[in-house]
Amino acid sequence: MKPLDPRLVRAAGAVRLHLAVSVVSGVLITGLILLQAWLLARVITGAWAGEGLAALGPAITAVAGVAVARAVLSYAAEASALHSAARTKSQLRRRLVAHVTGSGRVWTAEPGDGHGSPRAGELVTLATRGLDALDDYFARYLPRLVLAAIVPLAVLAVVLRADWISGAVIALTLPLIPVFMALIGMYTQERTERQWRLLSRLGGHFLDVVEGLPTLAVFQRAKAQAALIRRVGDAHRSATMGTLRIAFLSALALEVLATLAVALVAVEVGLRLLGGHMDYQTALLVLILAPEAYLPLREVGARFHASMEGVAAADQVFAELDRKHGSPVSGGTRTGAPPEPVGRPHPAAAGDLRLEGVGVRYPGRDAPALSGLDLSIAAGERLLLTGPSGAGKTTLLSLLLRLHAPTEGRVLLRPPGGAWTPLEEVPAQDWRLGVAWVPQHPYLFDLSVADNIRLGAPEAPLERVREAARRAEADAFITGLPQGYDTRLGERGARLSSGQRQRIALARAMLRDAPLVLLDEPTAHLDPENAAAVRTAVVRLLEGRTGVIVTHDAAWARQALSGDLRVVALPAPAREGRLSR
Amino acid sequence: MSTERRGPLLRMLALARPRGARFALGVLLGTAATGAGVALLAVAAWMLATAADHPPITALGVAVVATRALGVGRGVARYLERLVTHDAAFRALAEVRVRVYERLAATEPFGRFRSGDLVSRLVNDTEATLDLLVRGLAPPLVAVVTGAGTVLFLTAVYAPGGVLLAAGLLLAGLAVPLTAAALGKRPGLRQARARGELSSALVDTLHGAPDLVAYGAMERQVARVADADAELTRMARRDAAVLGFGAGASALVTGLTVGGALLLGVAAVDGGGLDAVSLAVLVLTTLAAFEIVAPLPEVAARLGAIRACGERLFGVLDAPPSTAEPSRTGLSPRPGAAAVRIRGLRVRYGPGEPWALDGVDLEVPEGATVAVLGPSGAGKSTLASVLLRFRDPDDGRVEVGGADVTAYPADELRAVVSGVPQDPHVFASTVRENLALARPRPVDAPPPSVDGEGRDEPSGDGNADLWEALRRVRLADEVAAMPEGLDTRVGTHGRGLSGGMVQRLALARAVLAAPGVLVLDEPTAHLDPDTRDAVMGDLLDAAEGYSTLLITHDLTGLERVDRIYVVREGRVIQEGTHEELSQREGWYRSVLPG
Repeated sequence: MKPLDPRLVRAAGAVRLHLAVSVVSGVLITGLILLQAWLLARVITGAWAGEGLAALGPAITAVAGVAVARAVLSYAAEASALHSAARTKSQLRRRLVAHVTGSGRVWTAEPGDGHGSPRAGELVTLATRGLDALDDYFARYLPRLVLAAIVPLAVLAVVLRADWISGAVIALTLPLIPVFMALIGMYTQERTERQWRLLSRLGGHFLDVVEGLPTLAVFQRAKAQAALIRRVGDAHRSATMGTLRIAFLSALALEVLATLAVALVAVEVGLRLLGGHMDYQTALLVLILAPEAYLPLREVGARFHASMEGVAAADQVFAELDRKHGSPVSGGTRTGAPPEPVGRPHPAAAGDLRLEGVGVRYPGRDAPALSGLDLSIAAGERLLLTGPSGAGKTTLLSLLLRLHAPTEGRVLLRPPGGAWTPLEEVPAQDWRLGVAWVPQHPYLFDLSVADNIRLGAPEAPLERVREAARRAEADAFITGLPQGYDTRLGERGARLSSGQRQRIALARAMLRDAPLVLLDEPTAHLDPENAAAVRTAVVRLLEGRTGVIVTHDAAWARQALSGDLRVVALPAPAREGRLSR
Repeated sequence: MSTERRGPLLRMLALARPRGARFALGVLLGTAATGAGVALLAVAAWMLATAADHPPITALGVAVVATRALGVGRGVARYLERLVTHDAAFRALAEVRVRVYERLAATEPFGRFRSGDLVSRLVNDTEATLDLLVRGLAPPLVAVVTGAGTVLFLTAVYAPGGVLLAAGLLLAGLAVPLTAAALGKRPGLRQARARGELSSALVDTLHGAPDLVAYGAMERQVARVADADAELTRMARRDAAVLGFGAGASALVTGLTVGGALLLGVAAVDGGGLDAVSLAVLVLTTLAAFEIVAPLPEVAARLGAIRACGERLFGVLDAPPSTAEPSRTGLSPRPGAAAVRIRGLRVRYGPGEPWALDGVDLEVPEGATVAVLGPSGAGKSTLASVLLRFRDPDDGRVEVGGADVTAYPADELRAVVSGVPQDPHVFASTVRENLALARPRPVDAPPPSVDGEGRDEPSGDGNADLWEALRRVRLADEVAAMPEGLDTRVGTHGRGLSGGMVQRLALARAVLAAPGVLVLDEPTAHLDPDTRDAVMGDLLDAAEGYSTLLITHDLTGLERVDRIYVVREGRVIQEGTHEELSQREGWYRSVLPG
């Protein structure tokens, strides 16, 4: 990991500003360090030579002046660093969000994953807590890195002029420090990586046992685990200490080299002063400056690991920005510019649909999620999709929703009274305006109930929202909430039961008022009471619309849904073992 | 424990009972390291000031040796300090884990275990002990000892200089960090709120992406994220002005103290009260001494975070036991299938809370399978916790095998009543060990292992019982097909297994424990509909011969059970067989599909 990532500098304008501020304040601070050292040496020598307080007064006042100036500079540098850190984080976050929500992203919930991208949780942590680690990097690490580049050189220049032997000692030891640290660091990393699995297993043991405590209690094993926890804790300690003994070596090298160099310089100038080859003031100046040459390096070393968390987070952001998304929504076999959306529902949503040899293969999966499917859906028809897990039912819905493009075959549309056209020639946004979707696990947003229902119709007045909710059997429980339709639902709609969530999603679909309705297991996880309410709402939703319904409950649907009803069973997929190695 | 009045930090320390000797050695080594740095400059200053008067070289001999020794000693002492304090802290942590665990095992606060986040936070809070010792306790102790030593030394050289240094160190090491931490508190809270808004908007965007895209609402949502981001950034930029205080104040105190030492010293030399050698020592020691307090600002900030960990930790640990152990050792329950009889059971989660169960009467005859059906929140899971003795009834009687459950010690009852809790835990170990922990074993047997070292293997009958249990839940073929059979590792939380396999494994465990009563709490809640029907069928087959209480919120498999109790809002509103209930007017018939 590089101490200063060039991508970070390029990516965020705030970083460049911060670097400039750091360099300027670094140069000023270096100047003040040199000035303070000279003043101290001057005053001590003056007092030794018998100059009185009156003569030395101005120099002493200057020392106080330097103190004030350094304080102001430190304050300004820190405040500006935090300021820049806030801006950089914001810039990175916005790029990240724009990237992961941008067009071309495949959002489909794959089987076994109810909510968006499998890495969504990781991304949220990265964009918030992860990037916050940049504060330390900006405010504490970068300015010291700049100082570590400027101060030693300036000190060296001064010391070399005053006493070349001391200068040579510093010039020799300074570069040794990073070299030693890098060598030890490389060795340590290799060892730590070898031990990583063991360490993480031992380290995770306690969490595993505490999480499993109810299970252990059921089998009367809870109390017996204490001895094991102690044993694993001891094993964890000795394994960790083994790595720490090595890991701390780089700090040891740094401390020993830095302090020993200062000691050598001190002895050397002492002897030269004694021999009359150097005057007292110069000797003092060299002694005061020598530790200053190493201080920034030591501070950089001490901050390195903490700050690298921020760099690692930025690294992950860049990796994410570089990531190519899977098959694009508007993809398929055709070339040429995708048509511009016009902002109106496409008429084909109210027409017929035909799938010809359609297949979908998710990137990175061996087996296709769906293959060679021929299917036609007439306007006004209700199609029940059944079939075992993994047969591709959900995939088929996401295909019709244009969250995915088929990787083989094609989907054709025919608007009422029109001709067959390929699906990809219809702008995805216009197409979706004609589609209402109720997924298996609808997502509710941390907004008011009304705004959740308005998801697909932001301008709808409250009256229409209430009407949609009434038809979705949701009005009764919504009016029972503390603030009715204005009640905020909390993260992921935590206030509501799954049956209530399903009915909100149905209200959403009602309000969308689209000719094509896609339903994915609307009653799968509900208790019978909620399931009954949802069924009533589903019947209402499907009145006068084309419907594609994934369900395991075909018997009910056959009974309750009037009109054209057709059942299509998708075949079982080729089996994939989950524990194969 | 509930009358505890000490602060959470002190209580964490008490819980850690740090190894006094080891930890003291660490602090001593730290003092040696920091002290060596200060002493190096003091000795060097003395050496130069003495050399300036050109004495014979022998006058410097000791100083030269001392300087070199200090130069090497400092690094070595620092290295040893870090090793010794870490070792002491890890030892203390191992003990804290055991104590926290023992307390949890004794009080069983499983009501709080519902959310996985809570458990992992509890564990993180426990691990904060390490931070408390290494980064919260050791640095201030080292600073106090070294600072006091340096002040004493300077007082001996020139008393006013010592007093000045003491004032400077107290300001820079105590007043400035505390003020900075206090100043940072409000911005911290403000920003945490703004960060929460942002995080919630981001969660919505990423997790709700399919819904947003499907309903054409993604752009609006991204704008919401941008607003939250702008608000947080605006706040952070404003607060930067406050948070820079610490850095500026430290630099000011350091510089002014050195300036003051210079002024005092020169004045004293002028007045004849101090010689020139002492002046050099005074000024350079003062300059070097601020290294002592350099780590402290960070300690102040860190202790705030550790205190919050402690508060949360003790919030859980202080919970009273959720069941009362019987005063006398109970009647040992009869082995074999036992009948369950519940009369007028009432349970609530606290005074003033609504009744989770409000007068439930229920019977599971020996060997029968009985289902408790009802919507979520109807109190069904409370019933399971009472039967597994995770909590006591507030009123009414629960009898297993003819005796009141509260008469049995929890572990004795659980030898008779076992089952599959909601969200059963699969240990990050092998299939074998996940099963073997349920083996009934003699009282004096060694503690079972879930750490994957495979020492749980009984020498005699081998694995016949494990395979038999796997066969009963129809998991044997799948386990046999795994690359390492019973020794296949299942991953953290059993992630290497499918949802259906996890449920079957959990049931195999319950079967292996050979209880008289089997409690299955929502065994198919998290399975997809296709797997659910298959798993439920196999569970009911496996439950054959046990007195089984099946708690469920859906209708899967109910035509196979002997009796159904419908529970709503803590009361039984209907009971009967599937046939009876579907004929009879009422709730059950109204929710049947079709």
